Amino acid sequence: MSTRKYDIKSLPGFLPITILCLVVLYAPLVVVTLYSFNDSTSITIWEGVSLRWYADVFNGPESTKFKIAAWNSFSIAIIAATCATTIATLAATAMIRGGRFRLRTVSFGLISLPLMVPEIVTAVATLIFFNSIGFTRGYTTILVAHIAFCIPFAYMPISARMQGIEDTYEQAALDLYASKRQAFTKILLPLMMPGIISGFLLAFIISLDDFIITNFVKGAGVETLPTAIFGSVKQGIKPNIMAISTMLLALSVLMVTISYFVSKKDNTK
Amino acid sequence: MAAGAASGGSSQSDTYKEARGWLLLPAWAVLGVFVLAPVLMMLVYSFLTKEFRGGVIWEFSLGAYDQFFCNRGLFGDEPCSIEWTYINIFWRSIWQAGAATILSLVIGFPTAYFIATRPEKIRPLWVFMITIPYWVNLLIRTVSMKFMLRDQGPLNDFLISTGLIDSPIHIINTNFAVQLGLFYSYLPFMVLPIYASVERYNFNLSEAAADLYASKWVTARRILLPAVKPGVIAGCVLVFVPSLGSFLAPDLLGGAKNFMIGSLIEEQFKGNAGNWPFGAAASMVLLTMVLILLVVFARQQARAEKAQ
Repeated sequence: MSTRKYDIKSLPGFLPITILCLVVLYAPLVVVTLYSFNDSTSITIWEGVSLRWYADVFNGPESTKFKIAAWNSFSIAIIAATCATTIATLAATAMIRGGRFRLRTVSFGLISLPLMVPEIVTAVATLIFFNSIGFTRGYTTILVAHIAFCIPFAYMPISARMQGIEDTYEQAALDLYASKRQAFTKILLPLMMPGIISGFLLAFIISLDDFIITNFVKGAGVETLPTAIFGSVKQGIKPNIMAISTMLLALSVLMVTISYFVSKKDNTK
Repeated sequence: MAAGAASGGSSQSDTYKEARGWLLLPAWAVLGVFVLAPVLMMLVYSFLTKEFRGGVIWEFSLGAYDQFFCNRGLFGDEPCSIEWTYINIFWRSIWQAGAATILSLVIGFPTAYFIATRPEKIRPLWVFMITIPYWVNLLIRTVSMKFMLRDQGPLNDFLISTGLIDSPIHIINTNFAVQLGLFYSYLPFMVLPIYASVERYNFNLSEAAADLYASKWVTARRILLPAVKPGVIAGCVLVFVPSLGSFLAPDLLGGAKNFMIGSLIEEQFKGNAGNWPFGAAASMVLLTMVLILLVVFARQQARAEKAQ
């Protein structure tokens, strides 16, 4: 290749903008994390490092509320992510390993429906639906709504993974007189594990993250962490909220990091 | 089979052909009953009569749409002239979402390009760095932004300490704060598709243009830009659509003056307004706008794919 005086790929000013971009993305999170360790009842003045607001979250006057909200959030996220991942895995098997069929496009449209419909519209629709069939709003309605909108998030990494796996492994098993069921459970599922795990983790985070739909379909008195935080923030940002936020933030970062490394693992080799 | 394997791996495989109905059944059932049916039910509700303090009376009525589009005077007995209140809220939402999209593009394009031109091995790490904040709870991110932007907040402290400004600048509860919040919420949606299209771009084309004495900027504008345009459009749609119906950023960062569609709808169900058919009608208008946008986008992407 001829050598040129300048690098054709690099455009001037793009590095500073990239750095600016990262600063804008991370600065608010870093600042909130730092201030959650502030030993002051004011959120403005820095009075040294302390864990008092973390202690306040677990033992303070609002601790009961937060504990119940955390229990609701985590139990819903685990159940919803498990159901959504199972449903998405089965659907992906039909979509990727089921040949061509008439309803394939329609099925794909239905699976991606929660991604296309604005979240607030899904929230309104779900509230109206439960109201019209006379179902009392509460824990169950939140759970059911979460299972539904988590499906596409679980489906995406799972179907991407399945597309990347040649079906020769299953064909080989079938040639050796394995049943279809055995080919699925003994060959395809183990190969799919990284995709299934990252699908589960993404669904889990999406469920834990949700505010709008939960806010609409929750009954009076049932709170998840986001709705409890929102209610509290309405009266101003308090230090204990920053402590909770930091813990949730750390959990999300941890789970996405696990998802990243798991999905990079290639176990077909 | 070999041809199938070449064009997209095992996507043509039909190993589980017989079972596909059963495999798809749970997805169909859950999404059909809890997403599709509710949207249809919402359409029905938008044509019902409102009951005070929430709920509906099962009686056909165009009242919700009439309230949305028609101004019938103080006593409600005049002929229909255009009602601007709600159209203006929609218009402001479009404007805010558009501004947030442009902000994301201005920051997101250079970032995506920069990442896509790094050595292949470290690209995933860069992409990972950009996407981490997205997976942090949206509410927490918006609250963090609110914390940063306060008059006595860290951003103003920082700007004053560097001597750039003398007194705090007022950002919170302005349009700009909402745009910043939306930008912060959806930036990865801009970066990722642009990144993907720049990564696919064949830089030999730029080399060829440069060999023919095209300047760097002419090359970028005439050769690179048309090739990555589908990625740019995808990014813009993916930021614009969720911004349009967002609730948290306008509610927490915009204050009462910067009302957007999301807040209007929320108020009908959770707030004091309590007009369910009207909330359903406003949701239908929003949904229709988004679906039209997505159909136009899908057609445009299909055409771009054909042209390549």
